[in-house]
Amino acid sequence: MTIISTAGLARTFRTKLGPVEAVRGIDLTVREGEILGFLGPNGAGKTTTLRMLTTLLAPTGGAATVAGHDLATDPVGVRRVCGYVAQSGGVDTQITVREELITQGRLYRLTKAQAAGRAEELARDLGLGDVLDRKAGTLSGGQRRRLDIALALTHRPKVLFLDEPTTGLDPGSRADLWDLIRRLRDEHRTTVFLTTHYLDEADALSDRLVVVDKGVVVAEGTPSALKLRHGGSIDASLQDTFLAITGRSATPADAAPVAV
Amino acid sequence: MLLHDTALIYGRYLRQSLRSRFALLFGVLMPLLYLLFFGPLLTDLPLGGRGSSWQVLVPGLLLQLGLFGASFAGFSIIIEKGQGVVERMRVTPVSRLALLLGRVLRDATVFVFQAVLLVLAALAMGLRAPLPGVLIGFAFVALLTVSLASLSYALAMKVRTPQEFGPAINAMTMPMMLLSGLMLPMTLGPRWLDVLSHFIPFRYLVDAVRDAYVGSYATAHMLYGVLVAVAFAALAVTVGTRVFRTAGA
Repeated sequence: MTIISTAGLARTFRTKLGPVEAVRGIDLTVREGEILGFLGPNGAGKTTTLRMLTTLLAPTGGAATVAGHDLATDPVGVRRVCGYVAQSGGVDTQITVREELITQGRLYRLTKAQAAGRAEELARDLGLGDVLDRKAGTLSGGQRRRLDIALALTHRPKVLFLDEPTTGLDPGSRADLWDLIRRLRDEHRTTVFLTTHYLDEADALSDRLVVVDKGVVVAEGTPSALKLRHGGSIDASLQDTFLAITGRSATPADAAPVAV
Repeated sequence: MLLHDTALIYGRYLRQSLRSRFALLFGVLMPLLYLLFFGPLLTDLPLGGRGSSWQVLVPGLLLQLGLFGASFAGFSIIIEKGQGVVERMRVTPVSRLALLLGRVLRDATVFVFQAVLLVLAALAMGLRAPLPGVLIGFAFVALLTVSLASLSYALAMKVRTPQEFGPAINAMTMPMMLLSGLMLPMTLGPRWLDVLSHFIPFRYLVDAVRDAYVGSYATAHMLYGVLVAVAFAALAVTVGTRVFRTAGA
């Protein structure tokens, strides 16, 4: 069953130097319960696409639905069914883990008692039980990222958008996060839409990959299908496959970003 | 829902203010210095109004407190944009208007609290004013804070860096302060300055609070002051709401 579908989704930014087409027209579908790896070089339009799908940024063209809610006509419906973790995260370092979790529950209109209960539950589930009463600023990188994800899971979203969730984490924390993402899908059938620059991560975690470049989808399929089609063999590395798809050599001739 | 969300956001940011008690008191420092070191210069000067020089100066200092404090309120949202807190809240179904109103009402609370401290200090310096007048003064501080903080948050949502924000606010607040007669009544100055100051909205607010401080409540100054303060607040909250509804920031 399709849970996300987009048609010609586009965003043009007006800048002093003229219009910048960050996303030129994204067509994709995501099936329910799928872990989708959304790949592309810096400036390809990954974050812009995520921000449109989570209602943070209005598209300048095209359309999309998320779990049956139309992005343009029912943004509140979209917000109710999706969770989003930005690259920067989103916690106030001066506030305790418990207060952040409870506030998030209240933002999703839980009662005080429900929000307090949900905070305990999330903390237990994501291994934050021991740090509930510590300020967010004192957490380790891995704990901090789990808190960001806990906040995004408060309302048991059908779709979870993660923007480079493991950037800056040590290998142990990355492995923990991979397990968490798989567990979310296996236990709750949560659809996970994640961007990453770590191709081993995309390879290990994703059921399917969508590669974007210069604001359009340039390839999609399972990791092995892409390796076979673009890398020449099923044993090709995803790194070589990725470079073949985006037409970039290891030292790109044109390093100017397409978008800001 | 709007009330629920506004109360929630208000609580979050009020707790934030209470955590930094130093900043809470520090805000009163500048007007307090004027009170201590500038106020005594005026006591024997003919300022043209009724009542003592304190009844002229303190209303100006109250509005100065609101003017400088609330105009910089947007700084906090620039920091929160960097932390990702603003976007994290904007992906929840929370009312966009509540994200603005909760913050603005927190600011009004903080500045009225500081205004109370300032008036207490002024009483010790020699201010004598009727209680209803003093309360009216606080109401004007609250309205002014709501207006300026709304505009400040709206601007802060639009700018990309704090480096752009600070100078922009300074460029607006300094002429506002000088031209509205916050320190000394504009009627003391040459005619052109007095006329020019009537184009600055704060002029009407400060005239109204000065009337209130000498116990004259049913005056033309009061009427214009209330009208300007309410209209300015309505305009500012409308602008702020529009920015918070649409901002892709």
